[in-house]
Amino acid sequence: MSDITADAMPMMAHAPARVVVYNERIVKNAVIMAMFWGVVAFTVGVYLALELCWPAFNLGYSFTNFGRLRPVHTSAAIFAFGGTALIGTSFHVVQRTCRTRLFGGDALASFVFWGYQFFIVMAALSYVMGFSQSREYAEPEWYIDIWLTVVWVAYLIVFLGTLMMREEPHIYVANWFYLAFIVTVAMLHIGNNLAIPVSFFGAKSYSAFSGAQDALIQWWYGHNAVGFFLTAGFLGMMYYFIPKAANRPVYSYRLSIVHFWSLIFLYIWAGPHHLHWTALPDWAQTLGMAFSIMLWMPSWGGMINGLMTLSGAWDKLRTDPGLRFSVTAVGFYGMSTFEGPVMSIRDVNALAHYTDWVVGHVHSGALGWVAFISFGAIYYLVPVLWKRTGLFSNKLAAWHYWIATLGIVFYITSLWVAGIMQGLMWRAYDQYGFLQYSFVESVVAVHPYYVIRMVGGLLFLTGALIMVYNLIRTVNSPTTAPAAALRVGA
Amino acid sequence: MPTKIEKDSVTGTDTTGHVWDGVRELNTPLPKWWLYTFIACIVFALGQMLLYPSVPYGVGYFHGLLGYSQRKSVDKAVAEVTALRGQSLQAIQKASFAEIQADPKLLATAMTAGRIAFAENCQPCHGAGGGGRLGYPALAAGAWIWGGKLPEIQQTLIHGIRSGDPDARDSQMPKFGVDGLLKPEQIGQIAEYVMTLYGTPVPNVDVAPGKALFAENCAACHGLNGEGKREVGAPRLASKVHLNGLSRADVVAQINNPRMGVMPAWNTRLNEATIKSLALYVHAFGGGE
Repeated sequence: MSDITADAMPMMAHAPARVVVYNERIVKNAVIMAMFWGVVAFTVGVYLALELCWPAFNLGYSFTNFGRLRPVHTSAAIFAFGGTALIGTSFHVVQRTCRTRLFGGDALASFVFWGYQFFIVMAALSYVMGFSQSREYAEPEWYIDIWLTVVWVAYLIVFLGTLMMREEPHIYVANWFYLAFIVTVAMLHIGNNLAIPVSFFGAKSYSAFSGAQDALIQWWYGHNAVGFFLTAGFLGMMYYFIPKAANRPVYSYRLSIVHFWSLIFLYIWAGPHHLHWTALPDWAQTLGMAFSIMLWMPSWGGMINGLMTLSGAWDKLRTDPGLRFSVTAVGFYGMSTFEGPVMSIRDVNALAHYTDWVVGHVHSGALGWVAFISFGAIYYLVPVLWKRTGLFSNKLAAWHYWIATLGIVFYITSLWVAGIMQGLMWRAYDQYGFLQYSFVESVVAVHPYYVIRMVGGLLFLTGALIMVYNLIRTVNSPTTAPAAALRVGA
Repeated sequence: MPTKIEKDSVTGTDTTGHVWDGVRELNTPLPKWWLYTFIACIVFALGQMLLYPSVPYGVGYFHGLLGYSQRKSVDKAVAEVTALRGQSLQAIQKASFAEIQADPKLLATAMTAGRIAFAENCQPCHGAGGGGRLGYPALAAGAWIWGGKLPEIQQTLIHGIRSGDPDARDSQMPKFGVDGLLKPEQIGQIAEYVMTLYGTPVPNVDVAPGKALFAENCAACHGLNGEGKREVGAPRLASKVHLNGLSRADVVAQINNPRMGVMPAWNTRLNEATIKSLALYVHAFGGGE
């Protein structure tokens, strides 16, 4: 990790006037919790995959049932793992690129972080106990939603305050994306959770909307959770950690401006493509599709800026396993942001809708993009935050990389086959005009692919466990202590 | 900090002059292919909005130049396949069972229709191949409760069992235990006798009192030797194929507080020809009479 010490120099050269002491403790906490939640999310995911292969794994208990564990998995992956990684890296990036400590003092930052962890625990417990609003990715009931709103507003205050107190004349592009993520998620969260509780002391509530309107609000939220949580937020991560790790300038400032604003403007309208071939009016479906197609290039702007930033530094992929994760993440990002617009086309959607193709698509984004870009950032951050000379083992990180990549390939290819096969089986008619397959036959047909998917998930989990071991050793092994490097140097 | 534009040595491009934590930016113009593809996507999207229903206004919306409606396109596809299926089903509806069985082509059509109708509607309870399960009759074993001839199966399918249909197959077994008609030890004795009927007697038990009680309380419907009676849907007991289980506890439970199965009247969901095809398909499992 000599790169890090080397590129810390120019920063020092530019900032002789004032030494800023950053709040790194909160970032360290976030790194630890992100890895913890990551392992939880992957483990529950593998278990759910087992339940899908062999329903006996439901075990007959209400709290191990697929219906209750599924939101535990999705929330653990998106909000616990992804959200904690976003909060942690955003606090790291905004301090460093604004050259100022977090606004509002350490107490406010700690409130945001631990308040968010409390939200996660409350949400997960409520799911296994059977409480749910039945809104995908927005399952927590009203009292948990109110808590998250308070935490999120505090997060916005910390982030915005830090930007306003900045010591740099301009706001770095990573912070635009982080800010778009924070502001839009606040709006989405409040909009989609407008509900009337049955009683002040009861957990149950009913949505303020009904019928097709309710579905549209839900998918306006659902798709923009993908757009602003899983895309904009992690693009912020990408815009800091790739140039830092590659030690190269960002490829194009203009592209970052144009793709930022076009992404922000177009994404918010794309939600109706989740409701093709439903009771949603035709005009809303067409608009959802049209905006999804226009979204393709704005999404790819981030991929181009990520990949092209490596020009002149491609050799680093051989030596820096963290950067290898980040760059592969950008590749998966490009693939799934192309697949998405294709699936939004009405006639493609007629085949893809309700099949496992959708599940595979989500996971090429979640595993390939979200998790890999976070792994890249965390592999970079741990030696920096804990003041180590480098990772404990680049070899183990390389093993993690290959095992996890193989896992993703197993996962998405098996569900491509399963999903397209389901879509074709459901619509097949014989020469007499009768359905060729019953639904049960399509379930039987995908079973082998479900097993392959489960193996893919298991590989991904194995890789993450290797990472956890490697990071723990990085922090406490004498071989990565700065003093050891000095001894070697002497 | 003053802006200082530098030239990047690798690409030869100028930086913007901004530096954040050591990160600089190049002032590279937009990639041409990116910009043109973006514009092409916008044109395509606007084209879609012109051709298909898109922009809403007040209470209405722009219907698009093609006059497309999703409802219409689905109706058309459904009409096409219904018409195709209609030809086959019409032929089945007109013909008698004997005529269908005599015509290989017609029989093949009926079996195709029956197979998919069975898989979608019947299999969840009766199992693939009509194997049955606890509480759900086996259809392949010849252990018919209401009759295994084609017209009998057809009748059961059309009106259902205890379905609320006026012509449904219907009968009630008395709740011998719950209603206090028999004492618990008497129920036990009957169960022990019934177990001898299908050849798994409880060892060292005198079944004479059970046999007497059976003759008095059960034989009217189930027959003196447990042969069953289809007119009232009383299952044959002298058979290893037992609807509600073979253990002593199973038999006691059934006498004490009987469970009586319900099957929907399928004429509310399936048309006549489909039900006819189903009867043929079920009949061919191996238990048909």
